[in-house]
Amino acid sequence: MERRKFITTGIGAGIATGAAITFGGIDNLMAGNAALPYDLIAVRGGEPDVMFDKGIEAMGGMSKFVKPGQKVVIKPNIGWDRVPERGANTHPLLVKRIVEHCLKAGAKEVFVFDHTCHEWTKCYKNSGIEAAVTAAGGKMVPGDSERYYQKVELSGSSKLKEMKIHELLLTSDVFINVPILKNHSSSKLSISMKNMMGCVWDRGFWHKNDLHQCIADFLHYKKPDLNIVDAYYVMKQNGPMGVSLDDVITMKSLILSKDIVAADAAATKFFGKEPADINHIQLAYAAGMGEMDLSKLNINRINL
Amino acid sequence: MNFLLLKRLRVGLSIFFLVLLVSVFIDFRKSFSEEFYQWAVSLQFVPGLLKAITLPGMAALGLVFVLLLTVLYGRVYCAALCPLGILQDVVSWISGKTMKKRRYKFHKAWTIGRYSLLAIVLIPLLFGSITLVTLLDPYSLFGRIATILFKPVVVVVNNIFAAGFAQADIYNWLYRYDLIPVHPVVLGVTSIFLGGIGWMAFNQGRLYCNTVCPVGTLLGFISKYAIFKIVINKSQCTHCGKCARVCKAECIETKSQKIDYSRCVACCNCLAVCSEKAMSYNVIRKKPFVMPEGLGPIPGAKKAGGGADLSKRSFLVTSVAGIGILYGFKAADSIPGVKKSRLIVPKPKGQSTIAEKKTSAVSPPGSRGVERFNKICTGCSLCVSACPTKVLQPSFLQYGLIGMMQPHMDYHRGLCEFDCTLCSEVCPTGAIASITMEAKHLLQVGQVHFEKNNCIVETEKTDCGACSEHCPTKAVHMVPYGKLFIPEIDQKICVGCGACEYACPTTPYKAIYVNGNPLHLAAEKPKTEKAKNALKEGEFPF
Repeated sequence: MERRKFITTGIGAGIATGAAITFGGIDNLMAGNAALPYDLIAVRGGEPDVMFDKGIEAMGGMSKFVKPGQKVVIKPNIGWDRVPERGANTHPLLVKRIVEHCLKAGAKEVFVFDHTCHEWTKCYKNSGIEAAVTAAGGKMVPGDSERYYQKVELSGSSKLKEMKIHELLLTSDVFINVPILKNHSSSKLSISMKNMMGCVWDRGFWHKNDLHQCIADFLHYKKPDLNIVDAYYVMKQNGPMGVSLDDVITMKSLILSKDIVAADAAATKFFGKEPADINHIQLAYAAGMGEMDLSKLNINRINL
Repeated sequence: MNFLLLKRLRVGLSIFFLVLLVSVFIDFRKSFSEEFYQWAVSLQFVPGLLKAITLPGMAALGLVFVLLLTVLYGRVYCAALCPLGILQDVVSWISGKTMKKRRYKFHKAWTIGRYSLLAIVLIPLLFGSITLVTLLDPYSLFGRIATILFKPVVVVVNNIFAAGFAQADIYNWLYRYDLIPVHPVVLGVTSIFLGGIGWMAFNQGRLYCNTVCPVGTLLGFISKYAIFKIVINKSQCTHCGKCARVCKAECIETKSQKIDYSRCVACCNCLAVCSEKAMSYNVIRKKPFVMPEGLGPIPGAKKAGGGADLSKRSFLVTSVAGIGILYGFKAADSIPGVKKSRLIVPKPKGQSTIAEKKTSAVSPPGSRGVERFNKICTGCSLCVSACPTKVLQPSFLQYGLIGMMQPHMDYHRGLCEFDCTLCSEVCPTGAIASITMEAKHLLQVGQVHFEKNNCIVETEKTDCGACSEHCPTKAVHMVPYGKLFIPEIDQKICVGCGACEYACPTTPYKAIYVNGNPLHLAAEKPKTEKAKNALKEGEFPF
């Protein structure tokens, strides 16, 4: 009896510690980081790169996430052959500035890729991201061939048990997620979690096997080290590609968080919706992947 | 005149054009602009002829140039511009290097056969079938050989190196590329042609050009009346036979000191080897050499019945018929017509159970409709090569047997990008006429159909929406369906790009698909409303 009690409490304590660690504990300890000053930072009213400068500064600088000599992979949304003003892809100025910060923090190499929906060379070019990344000293990596993807297995997930993931995710030390906030016909909103779909080869499987659950399940494999949500141009309707410029408003906002669920919850609020109404956010929260209730978080709001 | 230099000029030009044309057909990296593509194929005979008729204008300049060249100097097109001819020269060259003893020797012309074949190629055009031209036109044949057979080799080598570089984190030089497998029959037919022509070239030089090739026969006829020709100075000629041994057209008969100008491909090999300086490229003023009569090479040999008259007559009949038919194309542009429908029914397995009800294949935007496209396209595959999304694929039976090899929009393989008109820019025949981006945005090449009973939302009771996600006009949009959302279609604003069909994850049948419009129609412009920003400046919603 004594022993059983000891074991159960032990497990309980273990789970508790595990949970605590998930929210900024062990990842940082392992990376040698001090705790982050905020759970989430929201910036408004500036250009994408300026907002990022302010946001990352408030977060304690890029050196909190990137150590000298590390290999960094940045995953923006470059899914569509669209110019930045159409709000379909992450703003190139933001991606550029992130690459610069990573290199300044001592990153050995900074890679940027996406598994695009439209023809990838046109997406990379017309999104402005290729030019921006190259100018900043980063490297664009193709994601258009199945040969770039490696099979990985997930444990603890509900529908997504295995998937083929871009090889960069396996070989990089730091994983930075840079989605754009937009309306989405399949997942209602496309933010940080939905952006992970561009890391895998077979998206059709997700669509076939409960899309929202698969989006939440991905986090069992990996959670980005930092999520930076671009809400400068926001596609309010007809997402994810957009029909015309009418679909886009200029919101001039940016969200930074290590917690992917919190980042998506905050972005959902910016969009004008409730996080609990977005099925995959609810599912990820329920699975303990992060905090959806923003009132429980230590948030820094910066107005430029 | 230095004839060795002339030959070298020919060889140089051949290599240039071969490299140029191989490059555009295997260009999986899209390294070239559409202007470059146009320029690269601008001197090709059959596409030039078709474009001059279907879309008259500047495009005809290339054709005029080639014809002028032929009238002046004979079959220069065959010697230095035709990629299939040059490819045969490469094979012959290898044959010469490896089989030292095998040299060319004079053979009689296969006159009746040649002109009959030309007639067989041209007569079906009367009934609207370009199929035989598609099969035999040397440029189009070469295009398919390069696209279907050479390109995969290049891609495989590229992928091996790209994989090596990727290991070392080098991604900016080479990238890996996934090929779309072509239909086995298309692959087989192309391979048989390459094998057959290669075998002919290995053994008898330009045999294909002088027996089967319709362009060779046509230009051969004109060449008989060319102003400049290769002439043998009978008094200086010693009958040594060197010229005949290097003549890959096998058209020099040293015994009678005669050259069959309808077969001479103006390669200048003979000029370069004649040690007696008995040969020259010169103007002949006298009556042109009449083939079968003069070609009765061995005394007592069987004389071809009908002789020159037959060849001339049959040629004239076939060419007049041909030109008439070609001009018929223009009229065909405006004839409305519905192609006989064909149901594409793959075998059922997996979760979707209801076959796609497709009654017409989708022809590329700019082709104006299936019927017109089928009448003009020679299936050279240049658009297949240029298409960035791989949606254009050589067809097997999608258009019926008559349109085999002509590209169709394969929406199971790719989607037609809304903001792309590349195929219409590169098409050398005018089968895909140039189209502006604005026009393409309002063009409906096919119509979307939704089969609810195949849809994930219905069968799995989970959200999907992949179709609507990829739809550029939101002709496919999501509407509430219980707690879920299901696609709803608006055919009026559908452009038929196939993005929905491509993205639909159901197998083997798609829940949403595009049925081709036999005649392309107009799509309405999607109505949009200006999105509103509910958030005030500087306001945080949490």
